[in-house]
Amino acid sequence: MSDELYDDHILDHFESPYHKGHLDCPTCSHSDKNPICGDQVTIELSIDENQRVRQAFFDGKGCAISQAAASILCESIEGKTLAELQEFQAKDMLDLLKVRLTASRQKCGLLGFKVLKTMLYSLEQPKAVEETA
Amino acid sequence: MATSGDLPFDVESVRRDFPILDQRLLNDKPLVYLDTAATSQKPRIVIDKLVECCEKYNSNVHRGIHQLGDRMTTELENAREIVQRFIGAKDVDEIVFTSGTTMSLNIVAHGWGRKFLKPGDEILVNPMEHHANLVPWQLAAKATGAVLKYIPLTNDGRLDLSHLDELLTTRTKLVAVTAMSNVLGTINPIGELAQRAHAVGALICVDGAQSVPHSSTNVRALNIDFLAFSGHKLYGPTGIGVLWARKELLESMDPFLAGGHMIREVFEQSSTWADPPAKFEAGTCPFIEAVALGAAIEYVTKLGIDRIAKYEHQLSVYAHQRLNEVPGVRILGPSVEHKGAILSLVIDGLHAHDLSDLLDREGVAIRAGHHCTMPLHELLGLTSSARASLAFYNTRSEIDKLIEAIDSAKKVFQRRSGSRPGATR
Ligand SMILES: Cc1ncc(COP(=O)(O)O)c(C=O)c1O
Repeated sequence: MSDELYDDHILDHFESPYHKGHLDCPTCSHSDKNPICGDQVTIELSIDENQRVRQAFFDGKGCAISQAAASILCESIEGKTLAELQEFQAKDMLDLLKVRLTASRQKCGLLGFKVLKTMLYSLEQPKAVEETA
Repeated sequence: MATSGDLPFDVESVRRDFPILDQRLLNDKPLVYLDTAATSQKPRIVIDKLVECCEKYNSNVHRGIHQLGDRMTTELENAREIVQRFIGAKDVDEIVFTSGTTMSLNIVAHGWGRKFLKPGDEILVNPMEHHANLVPWQLAAKATGAVLKYIPLTNDGRLDLSHLDELLTTRTKLVAVTAMSNVLGTINPIGELAQRAHAVGALICVDGAQSVPHSSTNVRALNIDFLAFSGHKLYGPTGIGVLWARKELLESMDPFLAGGHMIREVFEQSSTWADPPAKFEAGTCPFIEAVALGAAIEYVTKLGIDRIAKYEHQLSVYAHQRLNEVPGVRILGPSVEHKGAILSLVIDGLHAHDLSDLLDREGVAIRAGHHCTMPLHELLGLTSSARASLAFYNTRSEIDKLIEAIDSAKKVFQRRSGSRPGATR
Protein backbone atom coordinates (compact mmCIF):
# COMPACT_ATOMS: atom_id res chain seq x y z
CA MET A 1 0.00 0.00 0.00
CA SER A 2 1.33 3.35 -0.99
CA ASP A 3 0.82 6.48 1.09
CA GLU A 4 1.30 8.57 -1.99
CA LEU A 5 -2.27 8.83 -3.18
CA TYR A 6 -1.55 10.13 -6.64
CA ASP A 7 1.12 7.61 -7.55
CA ASP A 8 1.90 6.49 -11.08
CA HIS A 9 -0.53 3.61 -10.93
CA ILE A 10 -3.52 5.91 -10.27
CA LEU A 11 -2.38 8.73 -12.53
CA ASP A 12 -1.60 6.35 -15.41
CA HIS A 13 -5.10 5.00 -15.29
CA PHE A 14 -6.59 8.48 -14.92
CA GLU A 15 -4.71 9.93 -17.85
CA SER A 16 -4.75 6.93 -20.14
CA PRO A 17 -7.70 4.90 -18.99
CA TYR A 18 -8.27 1.29 -19.93
CA HIS A 19 -11.34 0.81 -22.10
CA LYS A 20 -12.88 4.19 -21.59
CA GLY A 21 -15.78 4.46 -23.98
CA HIS A 22 -18.66 2.29 -25.04
CA LEU A 23 -19.28 -1.22 -26.34
CA ASP A 24 -21.29 -1.64 -29.51
CA CYS A 25 -23.65 -4.22 -28.03
CA PRO A 26 -23.15 -4.49 -24.30
CA THR A 27 -24.81 -7.41 -22.55
CA CYS A 28 -25.50 -5.10 -19.67
CA SER A 29 -24.82 -1.59 -18.57
CA HIS A 30 -25.37 0.47 -15.45
CA SER A 31 -24.60 4.01 -14.25
CA ASP A 32 -24.49 5.70 -10.90
CA LYS A 33 -23.54 8.99 -9.34
CA ASN A 34 -21.97 9.89 -6.08
CA PRO A 35 -24.61 12.31 -4.81
CA ILE A 36 -22.10 14.13 -2.63
CA CYS A 37 -19.81 15.23 -5.44
CA GLY A 38 -21.65 14.39 -8.66
CA ASP A 39 -18.96 11.98 -9.86
CA GLN A 40 -20.40 9.60 -12.37
CA VAL A 41 -19.47 6.16 -13.70
CA THR A 42 -21.12 3.90 -16.28
CA ILE A 43 -19.94 0.33 -16.75
CA GLU A 44 -20.77 -1.84 -19.74
CA LEU A 45 -20.00 -5.54 -20.01
CA SER A 46 -20.14 -8.02 -22.79
CA ILE A 47 -20.59 -11.48 -21.34
CA ASP A 48 -20.03 -14.66 -23.31
CA GLU A 49 -22.08 -17.85 -23.28
CA ASN A 50 -19.92 -19.26 -20.50
CA GLN A 51 -20.93 -16.41 -18.22
CA ARG A 52 -17.49 -14.92 -18.54
CA VAL A 53 -16.75 -11.18 -18.99
CA ARG A 54 -15.39 -10.84 -22.49
CA GLN A 55 -14.99 -7.08 -22.40
CA ALA A 56 -15.55 -4.35 -19.84
CA PHE A 57 -15.81 -0.65 -20.69
CA PHE A 58 -16.49 2.36 -18.54
CA ASP A 59 -17.35 5.96 -19.07
CA GLY A 60 -17.73 8.79 -16.62
CA LYS A 61 -16.50 12.00 -15.22
CA GLY A 62 -15.13 12.93 -11.87
CA CYS A 63 -12.05 12.96 -9.73
CA ALA A 64 -8.89 11.03 -10.52
CA ILE A 65 -9.65 8.39 -7.91
CA SER A 66 -13.15 7.55 -9.13
CA GLN A 67 -12.10 7.45 -12.77
CA ALA A 68 -8.83 5.57 -12.26
CA ALA A 69 -10.61 3.05 -10.07
CA ALA A 70 -13.20 2.40 -12.80
CA SER A 71 -10.38 1.88 -15.30
CA ILE A 72 -8.53 -0.49 -12.98
CA LEU A 73 -11.78 -2.34 -12.34
CA CYS A 74 -12.45 -2.86 -16.06
CA GLU A 75 -8.92 -4.07 -16.64
CA SER A 76 -9.08 -6.59 -13.84
CA ILE A 77 -12.52 -8.12 -14.43
CA GLU A 78 -12.09 -9.11 -18.05
CA GLY A 79 -11.88 -12.87 -18.31
CA LYS A 80 -13.54 -13.40 -14.94
CA THR A 81 -16.76 -15.38 -14.60
CA LEU A 82 -19.84 -13.87 -13.08
CA ALA A 83 -19.47 -16.31 -10.22
CA GLU A 84 -15.97 -14.97 -9.59
CA LEU A 85 -17.30 -11.44 -9.66
CA GLN A 86 -19.87 -12.33 -7.00
CA GLU A 87 -16.93 -13.12 -4.74
CA PHE A 88 -15.22 -9.85 -5.56
CA GLN A 89 -15.47 -7.66 -2.45
CA ALA A 90 -14.99 -3.97 -1.72
CA LYS A 91 -11.76 -4.79 0.04
CA ASP A 92 -10.45 -6.49 -3.11
CA MET A 93 -11.27 -3.37 -5.08
CA LEU A 94 -9.45 -1.14 -2.62
CA ASP A 95 -6.47 -3.52 -2.74
CA LEU A 96 -6.37 -3.20 -6.52
CA LEU A 97 -5.92 0.55 -6.17
CA LYS A 98 -2.72 -0.04 -4.20
CA VAL A 99 -3.11 3.22 -2.31
CA ARG A 100 -4.58 3.93 1.08
CA LEU A 101 -7.83 5.88 0.84
CA THR A 102 -9.29 7.88 3.69
CA ALA A 103 -12.90 7.10 4.58
CA SER A 104 -14.14 10.08 2.58
CA ARG A 105 -12.22 9.08 -0.54
CA GLN A 106 -13.30 5.44 -0.39
CA LYS A 107 -16.64 6.56 -1.82
CA CYS A 108 -14.74 7.77 -4.88
CA GLY A 109 -12.62 4.63 -5.11
CA LEU A 110 -15.65 2.37 -4.82
CA LEU A 111 -18.03 4.15 -7.19
CA GLY A 112 -17.30 1.87 -10.16
CA PHE A 113 -17.32 -1.17 -7.90
CA LYS A 114 -20.78 -0.19 -6.65
CA VAL A 115 -22.01 0.19 -10.22
CA LEU A 116 -20.67 -3.27 -11.06
CA LYS A 117 -22.24 -4.88 -8.00
CA THR A 118 -25.62 -3.29 -8.67
CA MET A 119 -25.46 -4.51 -12.25
CA LEU A 120 -24.61 -8.07 -11.20
CA TYR A 121 -27.43 -8.01 -8.73
CA SER A 122 -29.96 -7.04 -11.39
CA LEU A 123 -28.54 -9.72 -13.71
CA GLU A 124 -29.32 -12.33 -11.05
CA GLN A 125 -32.92 -11.24 -10.63
CA PRO A 126 -34.50 -12.72 -13.79
CA LYS A 127 -32.58 -15.94 -13.28
CA ALA A 128 -33.92 -16.27 -9.76
CA VAL A 129 -37.42 -15.83 -11.14
CA GLU A 130 -36.81 -18.51 -13.77
CA GLU A 131 -35.61 -20.95 -11.19
CA THR A 132 -38.62 -20.55 -9.00
CA ALA A 133 -40.99 -20.53 -11.96
CA MET B 1 -9.11 57.98 23.09
CA ALA B 2 -8.69 54.94 20.96
CA THR B 3 -11.66 52.62 20.91
CA SER B 4 -11.20 49.01 19.88
CA GLY B 5 -12.49 50.04 16.45
CA ASP B 6 -9.37 52.13 15.83
CA LEU B 7 -6.82 49.52 16.83
CA PRO B 8 -5.29 47.36 14.14
CA PHE B 9 -6.68 43.86 14.16
CA ASP B 10 -4.26 41.66 16.08
CA VAL B 11 -4.78 38.34 14.36
CA GLU B 12 -2.00 36.55 16.26
CA SER B 13 -3.61 37.33 19.57
CA VAL B 14 -7.03 36.33 18.22
CA ARG B 15 -5.61 33.01 17.04
CA ARG B 16 -4.51 32.22 20.58
CA ASP B 17 -8.20 32.32 21.56
CA PHE B 18 -8.85 29.27 19.33
CA PRO B 19 -7.18 26.17 20.79
CA ILE B 20 -7.78 24.05 17.70
CA LEU B 21 -5.71 26.31 15.47
CA ASP B 22 -2.51 25.57 17.31
CA GLN B 23 -1.95 22.07 16.07
CA ARG B 24 0.07 20.08 13.62
CA LEU B 25 -1.46 17.49 11.37
CA LEU B 26 0.11 14.55 9.55
CA ASN B 27 3.75 15.06 8.60
CA ASP B 28 3.98 17.91 11.08
CA LYS B 29 2.06 20.29 8.83
CA PRO B 30 0.40 23.14 10.71
CA LEU B 31 -3.37 23.31 10.30
CA VAL B 32 -4.54 25.90 7.80
CA TYR B 33 -8.28 25.97 8.33
CA LEU B 34 -10.09 27.48 5.35
CA ASP B 35 -13.48 25.86 5.83
CA THR B 36 -15.28 28.26 8.14
CA ALA B 37 -18.30 28.52 5.82
CA ALA B 38 -18.95 24.84 6.58
CA THR B 39 -18.41 25.28 10.29
CA SER B 40 -16.42 27.80 12.29
CA GLN B 41 -13.89 27.05 14.99
CA LYS B 42 -14.71 27.80 18.62
CA PRO B 43 -12.86 30.20 20.87
CA ARG B 44 -11.74 29.03 24.30
CA ILE B 45 -14.39 31.21 25.94
CA VAL B 46 -17.15 29.21 24.21
CA ILE B 47 -15.59 25.88 25.11
CA ASP B 48 -15.21 27.07 28.70
CA LYS B 49 -18.84 28.13 28.80
CA LEU B 50 -19.98 24.66 27.69
CA VAL B 51 -17.84 23.09 30.40
CA GLU B 52 -19.02 25.60 33.00
CA CYS B 53 -22.66 24.77 32.26
CA CYS B 54 -21.99 21.04 32.54
CA GLU B 55 -19.85 21.28 35.64
CA LYS B 56 -21.63 23.96 37.63
CA TYR B 57 -25.33 24.35 36.90
CA ASN B 58 -26.59 21.91 34.29
CA SER B 59 -30.28 21.49 34.90
CA ASN B 60 -33.36 21.57 32.70
CA VAL B 61 -34.70 25.03 32.05
CA HIS B 62 -38.15 26.44 32.83
CA ARG B 63 -38.90 23.39 34.98
CA GLY B 64 -37.39 22.56 38.34
CA ILE B 65 -37.81 25.03 41.16
CA HIS B 66 -34.29 24.71 42.44
CA GLN B 67 -31.08 26.67 42.39
CA LEU B 68 -29.48 24.91 39.47
CA GLY B 69 -32.62 25.19 37.37
CA ASP B 70 -32.89 28.88 38.19
CA ARG B 71 -29.30 29.54 37.20
CA MET B 72 -29.53 27.60 33.95
CA THR B 73 -32.78 29.35 33.02
CA THR B 74 -31.28 32.75 33.77
CA GLU B 75 -28.26 31.93 31.60
CA LEU B 76 -30.52 30.77 28.76
CA GLU B 77 -32.70 33.85 28.84
CA ASN B 78 -29.58 36.01 29.05
CA ALA B 79 -28.32 34.32 25.87
CA ARG B 80 -31.63 35.15 24.22
CA GLU B 81 -31.12 38.81 25.08
CA ILE B 82 -27.59 38.68 23.69
CA VAL B 83 -28.99 37.38 20.38
CA GLN B 84 -31.71 40.04 20.43
CA ARG B 85 -29.16 42.85 20.79
CA PHE B 86 -26.82 41.29 18.22
CA ILE B 87 -29.41 41.36 15.42
CA GLY B 88 -31.28 44.44 16.57
CA ALA B 89 -34.58 42.68 17.28
CA LYS B 90 -37.30 44.75 18.89
CA ASP B 91 -38.41 42.16 21.39
CA VAL B 92 -36.61 39.30 23.11
CA ASP B 93 -39.64 37.07 22.53
CA GLU B 94 -38.91 37.25 18.82
CA ILE B 95 -35.80 35.10 19.31
CA VAL B 96 -36.60 31.41 18.82
CA PHE B 97 -33.84 28.94 19.62
CA THR B 98 -33.78 26.14 17.06
CA SER B 99 -31.29 23.46 16.11
CA GLY B 100 -29.88 25.54 13.23
CA THR B 101 -30.63 27.39 10.02
CA THR B 102 -32.24 24.35 8.44
CA MET B 103 -34.68 23.93 11.31
CA SER B 104 -35.41 27.67 11.41
CA LEU B 105 -36.30 27.73 7.72
CA ASN B 106 -38.42 24.61 8.04
CA ILE B 107 -40.33 26.23 10.89
CA VAL B 108 -41.15 29.14 8.58
CA ALA B 109 -41.99 26.93 5.60
CA HIS B 110 -44.35 24.82 7.72
CA GLY B 111 -45.64 27.26 10.29
CA TRP B 112 -46.14 30.18 7.94
CA GLY B 113 -45.95 28.65 4.45
CA ARG B 114 -48.38 25.79 4.86
CA LYS B 115 -50.78 27.93 6.83
CA PHE B 116 -50.95 30.97 4.58
CA LEU B 117 -49.96 29.96 1.04
CA LYS B 118 -52.77 29.26 -1.41
CA PRO B 119 -52.93 27.72 -4.89
CA GLY B 120 -51.36 30.08 -7.42
CA ASP B 121 -49.41 32.07 -4.82
CA GLU B 122 -45.78 32.55 -5.71
CA ILE B 123 -42.60 32.13 -3.73
CA LEU B 124 -39.65 33.95 -5.23
CA VAL B 125 -36.34 32.13 -4.86
CA ASN B 126 -33.14 32.10 -6.92
CA PRO B 127 -30.53 29.58 -8.05
CA MET B 128 -27.88 30.52 -5.49
CA GLU B 129 -29.93 29.38 -2.50
CA HIS B 130 -28.61 26.65 -0.25
CA HIS B 131 -30.86 23.60 -0.32
CA ALA B 132 -32.00 24.63 3.17
CA ASN B 133 -33.72 27.72 1.76
CA LEU B 134 -35.05 25.97 -1.30
CA VAL B 135 -36.25 22.44 -0.57
CA PRO B 136 -38.53 23.48 2.34
CA TRP B 137 -40.19 25.91 -0.09
CA GLN B 138 -40.57 23.20 -2.70
CA LEU B 139 -42.40 21.09 -0.13
CA ALA B 140 -44.53 24.01 1.04
CA ALA B 141 -45.42 24.78 -2.58
CA LYS B 142 -46.34 21.18 -3.23
CA ALA B 143 -48.52 21.06 -0.14
CA THR B 144 -50.38 24.29 -0.88
CA GLY B 145 -50.44 24.58 -4.67
CA ALA B 146 -48.15 27.59 -4.60
CA VAL B 147 -45.36 27.82 -7.19
CA LEU B 148 -41.67 28.69 -7.04
CA LYS B 149 -40.35 31.41 -9.30
CA TYR B 150 -36.68 32.12 -9.81
CA ILE B 151 -34.83 35.41 -9.94
CA PRO B 152 -32.14 34.77 -12.57
CA LEU B 153 -28.45 35.37 -11.87
CA THR B 154 -26.13 37.67 -13.77
CA ASN B 155 -23.13 36.11 -15.47
CA ASP B 156 -20.94 37.10 -12.55
CA GLY B 157 -23.24 35.40 -10.02
CA ARG B 158 -25.35 38.22 -8.63
CA LEU B 159 -29.13 38.45 -8.52
CA ASP B 160 -30.29 39.93 -11.80
CA LEU B 161 -32.87 42.44 -10.62
CA SER B 162 -33.35 44.06 -14.03
CA HIS B 163 -36.70 42.32 -14.55
CA LEU B 164 -37.72 42.06 -10.95
CA ASP B 165 -40.97 43.93 -11.57
CA GLU B 166 -42.16 41.07 -13.78
CA LEU B 167 -41.27 38.46 -11.19
CA LEU B 168 -42.30 40.23 -8.04
CA THR B 169 -46.03 40.85 -8.33
CA THR B 170 -49.10 40.79 -6.15
CA ARG B 171 -49.10 37.01 -6.60
CA THR B 172 -45.78 36.87 -4.77
CA LYS B 173 -46.30 36.03 -1.12
CA LEU B 174 -42.71 35.48 -0.07
CA VAL B 175 -39.17 36.23 -1.20
CA ALA B 176 -36.76 33.61 0.18
CA VAL B 177 -33.20 34.76 -0.22
CA THR B 178 -29.76 34.31 1.26
CA ALA B 179 -27.95 37.38 2.51
CA MET B 180 -24.65 35.81 1.43
CA SER B 181 -24.14 32.91 -0.95
CA ASN B 182 -22.20 30.05 0.61
CA VAL B 183 -20.57 29.30 -2.77
CA LEU B 184 -20.29 32.50 -4.77
CA GLY B 185 -19.87 34.69 -1.71
CA THR B 186 -22.32 37.13 -3.28
CA ILE B 187 -23.77 39.63 -0.83
CA ASN B 188 -27.38 40.27 -1.80
CA PRO B 189 -29.15 43.63 -1.42
CA ILE B 190 -31.48 42.53 1.37
CA GLY B 191 -32.74 45.99 2.31
CA GLU B 192 -33.74 46.73 -1.27
CA LEU B 193 -35.38 43.32 -1.70
CA ALA B 194 -37.31 43.78 1.54
CA GLN B 195 -38.62 47.11 0.35
CA ARG B 196 -39.65 45.76 -3.04
CA ALA B 197 -41.24 42.67 -1.50
CA HIS B 198 -43.26 44.76 0.91
CA ALA B 199 -44.36 47.06 -1.89
CA VAL B 200 -46.31 44.17 -3.42
CA GLY B 201 -47.48 42.82 -0.07
CA ALA B 202 -44.99 39.96 0.11
CA LEU B 203 -42.80 38.96 3.06
CA ILE B 204 -39.07 38.30 2.96
CA CYS B 205 -37.33 35.34 4.58
CA VAL B 206 -33.58 35.79 4.87
CA ASP B 207 -31.04 32.98 5.21
CA GLY B 208 -28.37 34.58 7.36
CA ALA B 209 -26.24 31.45 7.86
CA GLN B 210 -23.24 32.99 6.10
CA SER B 211 -23.89 36.70 6.58
CA VAL B 212 -24.67 36.95 10.29
CA PRO B 213 -21.23 35.68 11.42
CA HIS B 214 -19.33 38.00 9.10
CA SER B 215 -21.11 41.34 8.96
CA SER B 216 -23.42 43.33 11.14
CA THR B 217 -27.10 42.50 10.82
CA ASN B 218 -29.96 44.66 11.99
CA VAL B 219 -33.35 43.16 11.29
CA ARG B 220 -35.16 46.43 11.92
CA ALA B 221 -32.90 48.55 9.75
CA LEU B 222 -33.20 45.95 6.96
CA ASN B 223 -36.93 45.80 7.58
CA ILE B 224 -37.11 42.05 6.98
CA ASP B 225 -39.66 39.52 8.23
CA PHE B 226 -37.76 36.31 8.96
CA LEU B 227 -34.07 35.62 9.64
CA ALA B 228 -32.44 32.22 10.13
CA PHE B 229 -28.88 31.44 11.22
CA SER B 230 -26.76 28.73 12.84
CA GLY B 231 -24.64 28.81 15.96
CA HIS B 232 -21.92 26.56 14.63
CA LYS B 233 -20.99 28.99 11.86
CA LEU B 234 -20.95 31.83 14.39
CA TYR B 235 -18.11 30.43 16.53
CA GLY B 236 -20.66 28.67 18.74
CA PRO B 237 -21.58 25.00 19.17
CA THR B 238 -23.50 22.72 16.84
CA GLY B 239 -27.13 21.89 17.54
CA ILE B 240 -28.20 25.48 18.13
CA GLY B 241 -29.52 28.13 15.80
CA VAL B 242 -31.91 31.02 15.72
CA LEU B 243 -35.13 31.94 14.02
CA TRP B 244 -36.07 35.55 14.31
CA ALA B 245 -39.41 36.80 13.03
CA ARG B 246 -41.55 39.81 13.78
CA LYS B 247 -43.69 39.07 16.78
CA GLU B 248 -47.04 39.29 15.00
CA LEU B 249 -45.79 36.74 12.48
CA LEU B 250 -44.70 34.34 15.19
CA GLU B 251 -48.09 34.81 16.81
CA SER B 252 -50.01 34.09 13.61
CA MET B 253 -47.93 31.08 12.52
CA ASP B 254 -48.70 27.49 13.39
CA PRO B 255 -46.19 25.60 15.49
CA PHE B 256 -44.03 23.08 13.62
CA LEU B 257 -42.83 20.59 16.22
CA ALA B 258 -45.29 19.70 18.94
CA GLY B 259 -44.71 18.38 22.43
CA GLY B 260 -43.72 19.71 25.81
CA HIS B 261 -43.10 23.39 26.55
CA MET B 262 -44.85 24.65 23.42
CA ILE B 263 -48.35 24.34 24.83
CA ARG B 264 -50.55 26.50 26.98
CA GLU B 265 -53.20 23.89 27.76
CA VAL B 266 -53.61 20.31 26.64
CA PHE B 267 -56.96 18.59 26.59
CA GLU B 268 -57.81 15.10 25.48
CA GLN B 269 -58.62 16.11 21.90
CA SER B 270 -56.86 19.41 21.38
CA SER B 271 -54.37 21.91 22.73
CA THR B 272 -53.62 25.58 22.74
CA TRP B 273 -50.20 27.06 22.18
CA ALA B 274 -47.80 28.89 24.41
CA ASP B 275 -46.72 32.38 23.41
CA PRO B 276 -43.64 32.70 21.19
CA PRO B 277 -40.83 31.83 21.46
CA ALA B 278 -41.96 28.80 23.53
CA LYS B 279 -44.55 27.95 20.86
CA PHE B 280 -41.67 27.03 18.53
CA GLU B 281 -39.38 25.43 21.10
CA ALA B 282 -41.05 22.07 21.66
CA GLY B 283 -39.21 19.68 23.92
CA THR B 284 -36.02 20.33 25.82
CA CYS B 285 -34.15 22.98 23.92
CA PRO B 286 -30.38 22.72 23.56
CA PHE B 287 -29.96 25.11 26.45
CA ILE B 288 -26.27 24.51 27.07
CA GLU B 289 -25.52 25.16 23.41
CA ALA B 290 -27.73 28.26 23.48
CA VAL B 291 -25.82 29.65 26.44
CA ALA B 292 -22.52 28.95 24.68
CA LEU B 293 -23.85 30.68 21.56
CA GLY B 294 -24.45 33.69 23.77
CA ALA B 295 -20.79 33.52 24.82
CA ALA B 296 -19.74 33.28 21.16
CA ILE B 297 -21.76 36.36 20.24
CA GLU B 298 -20.30 38.28 23.18
CA TYR B 299 -16.84 37.30 21.95
CA VAL B 300 -17.58 38.47 18.42
CA THR B 301 -19.15 41.67 19.71
CA LYS B 302 -16.11 42.40 21.83
CA LEU B 303 -13.82 42.00 18.83
CA GLY B 304 -16.26 44.18 16.92
CA ILE B 305 -18.27 42.73 14.05
CA ASP B 306 -17.37 45.69 11.84
CA ARG B 307 -13.65 45.22 12.52
CA ILE B 308 -14.07 41.53 11.78
CA ALA B 309 -15.82 42.33 8.50
CA LYS B 310 -13.10 44.80 7.55
CA TYR B 311 -10.24 42.42 8.34
CA GLU B 312 -11.91 39.53 6.53
CA HIS B 313 -12.50 41.72 3.50
CA GLN B 314 -8.84 42.78 3.37
CA LEU B 315 -7.79 39.15 3.62
CA SER B 316 -10.26 38.22 0.92
CA VAL B 317 -8.90 40.93 -1.38
CA TYR B 318 -5.41 39.52 -0.85
CA ALA B 319 -6.60 35.96 -1.50
CA HIS B 320 -8.37 37.01 -4.69
CA GLN B 321 -5.26 38.82 -5.88
CA ARG B 322 -3.00 35.85 -5.22
CA LEU B 323 -5.38 33.29 -6.71
CA ASN B 324 -5.99 35.38 -9.80
CA GLU B 325 -2.27 35.11 -10.47
CA VAL B 326 -2.38 31.30 -10.58
CA PRO B 327 -2.79 30.11 -14.18
CA GLY B 328 -5.79 27.87 -14.82
CA VAL B 329 -7.67 29.00 -11.73
CA ARG B 330 -11.14 30.47 -12.04
CA ILE B 331 -12.83 32.04 -9.01
CA LEU B 332 -16.62 31.72 -9.10
CA GLY B 333 -18.90 34.64 -8.36
CA PRO B 334 -18.67 38.41 -8.57
CA SER B 335 -15.63 40.60 -8.02
CA VAL B 336 -14.36 40.85 -4.50
CA GLU B 337 -16.16 44.06 -3.53
CA HIS B 338 -19.53 42.33 -3.92
CA LYS B 339 -18.60 39.27 -1.87
CA GLY B 340 -17.99 37.89 1.54
CA ALA B 341 -14.71 36.10 2.20
CA ILE B 342 -15.55 32.95 0.24
CA LEU B 343 -13.51 31.74 -2.73
CA SER B 344 -14.93 28.87 -4.75
CA LEU B 345 -12.51 27.64 -7.36
CA VAL B 346 -12.44 25.64 -10.49
CA ILE B 347 -9.01 24.60 -11.74
CA ASP B 348 -8.42 23.35 -15.26
CA GLY B 349 -7.75 19.63 -15.28
CA LEU B 350 -7.91 19.29 -11.52
CA HIS B 351 -11.08 17.94 -9.96
CA ALA B 352 -12.20 19.58 -6.71
CA HIS B 353 -11.84 16.30 -4.79
CA ASP B 354 -8.33 15.69 -5.98
CA LEU B 355 -7.44 19.28 -5.19
CA SER B 356 -8.81 19.17 -1.66
CA ASP B 357 -7.15 15.82 -1.04
CA LEU B 358 -3.78 17.13 -2.18
CA LEU B 359 -4.24 20.33 -0.17
CA ASP B 360 -5.12 18.28 2.89
CA ARG B 361 -1.74 16.63 2.64
CA GLU B 362 -0.25 20.09 3.12
CA GLY B 363 -2.48 20.72 6.13
CA VAL B 364 -4.78 23.02 4.17
CA ALA B 365 -8.45 22.25 4.86
CA ILE B 366 -10.92 23.37 2.21
CA ARG B 367 -14.23 21.92 1.06
CA ALA B 368 -15.01 20.16 -2.21
CA GLY B 369 -18.39 19.28 -3.62
CA HIS B 370 -21.59 21.05 -4.56
CA HIS B 371 -21.91 22.67 -1.12
CA CYS B 372 -25.64 21.93 -0.96
CA THR B 373 -26.30 24.08 -4.01
CA MET B 374 -27.04 21.62 -6.82
CA PRO B 375 -29.17 24.01 -8.92
CA LEU B 376 -26.37 26.58 -8.80
CA HIS B 377 -23.73 24.06 -9.89
CA GLU B 378 -26.04 22.86 -12.63
CA LEU B 379 -26.40 26.45 -13.82
CA LEU B 380 -22.63 26.90 -13.76
CA GLY B 381 -22.20 23.64 -15.67
CA LEU B 382 -20.21 22.11 -12.84
CA THR B 383 -20.66 19.02 -10.73
CA SER B 384 -18.47 20.35 -7.97
CA SER B 385 -16.18 23.14 -6.91
CA ALA B 386 -13.48 23.64 -4.31
CA ARG B 387 -14.19 26.26 -1.69
CA ALA B 388 -11.83 28.15 0.58
CA SER B 389 -13.71 30.23 3.13
CA LEU B 390 -12.04 32.68 5.45
CA ALA B 391 -12.55 33.94 8.97
CA PHE B 392 -10.90 36.60 11.11
CA TYR B 393 -8.53 33.98 12.55
CA ASN B 394 -6.94 33.37 9.15
CA THR B 395 -3.75 35.11 8.08
CA ARG B 396 -2.02 36.25 4.93
CA SER B 397 0.62 33.60 5.43
CA GLU B 398 -2.13 30.99 5.41
CA ILE B 399 -3.29 32.35 2.06
CA ASP B 400 0.31 31.98 0.88
CA LYS B 401 0.27 28.35 2.03
CA LEU B 402 -2.96 27.80 0.11
CA ILE B 403 -1.35 29.17 -3.05
CA GLU B 404 1.77 27.04 -2.61
CA ALA B 405 -0.34 23.96 -2.03
CA ILE B 406 -2.42 24.67 -5.14
CA ASP B 407 0.78 25.10 -7.14
CA SER B 408 2.12 21.76 -6.06
CA ALA B 409 -1.25 20.04 -6.54
CA LYS B 410 -1.29 21.29 -10.10
CA LYS B 411 2.19 19.88 -10.61
CA VAL B 412 1.11 16.40 -9.58
CA PHE B 413 -1.23 16.37 -12.55
CA GLN B 414 0.72 18.58 -14.97
CA ARG B 415 4.11 16.94 -14.58
CA ARG B 416 2.83 14.05 -16.59
CA SER B 417 0.43 15.39 -19.17
CA GLY B 418 1.44 14.36 -22.64
CA SER B 419 4.74 13.01 -21.42
CA ARG B 420 4.10 9.33 -21.40
CA PRO B 421 5.52 7.56 -24.35
CA GLY B 422 4.18 4.07 -24.73
CA ALA B 423 0.87 4.62 -23.06
CA THR B 424 -1.19 2.15 -24.99
CA ARG B 425 -4.42 1.85 -23.11
C1 LIG C 1 -26.25 29.74 3.13
C2 LIG C 1 -26.54 28.56 4.02
N1 LIG C 1 -27.80 28.29 4.36
C3 LIG C 1 -28.11 27.27 5.17
C4 LIG C 1 -27.15 26.43 5.67
C5 LIG C 1 -27.55 25.28 6.54
O1 LIG C 1 -27.11 25.46 7.84
P1 LIG C 1 -27.23 24.29 8.91
O2 LIG C 1 -26.67 23.07 8.26
O3 LIG C 1 -26.43 24.77 10.07
O4 LIG C 1 -28.68 24.15 9.24
C6 LIG C 1 -25.81 26.68 5.34
C7 LIG C 1 -24.72 25.82 5.84
O5 LIG C 1 -24.29 24.87 5.30
C8 LIG C 1 -25.51 27.76 4.48
O6 LIG C 1 -24.24 28.01 4.12
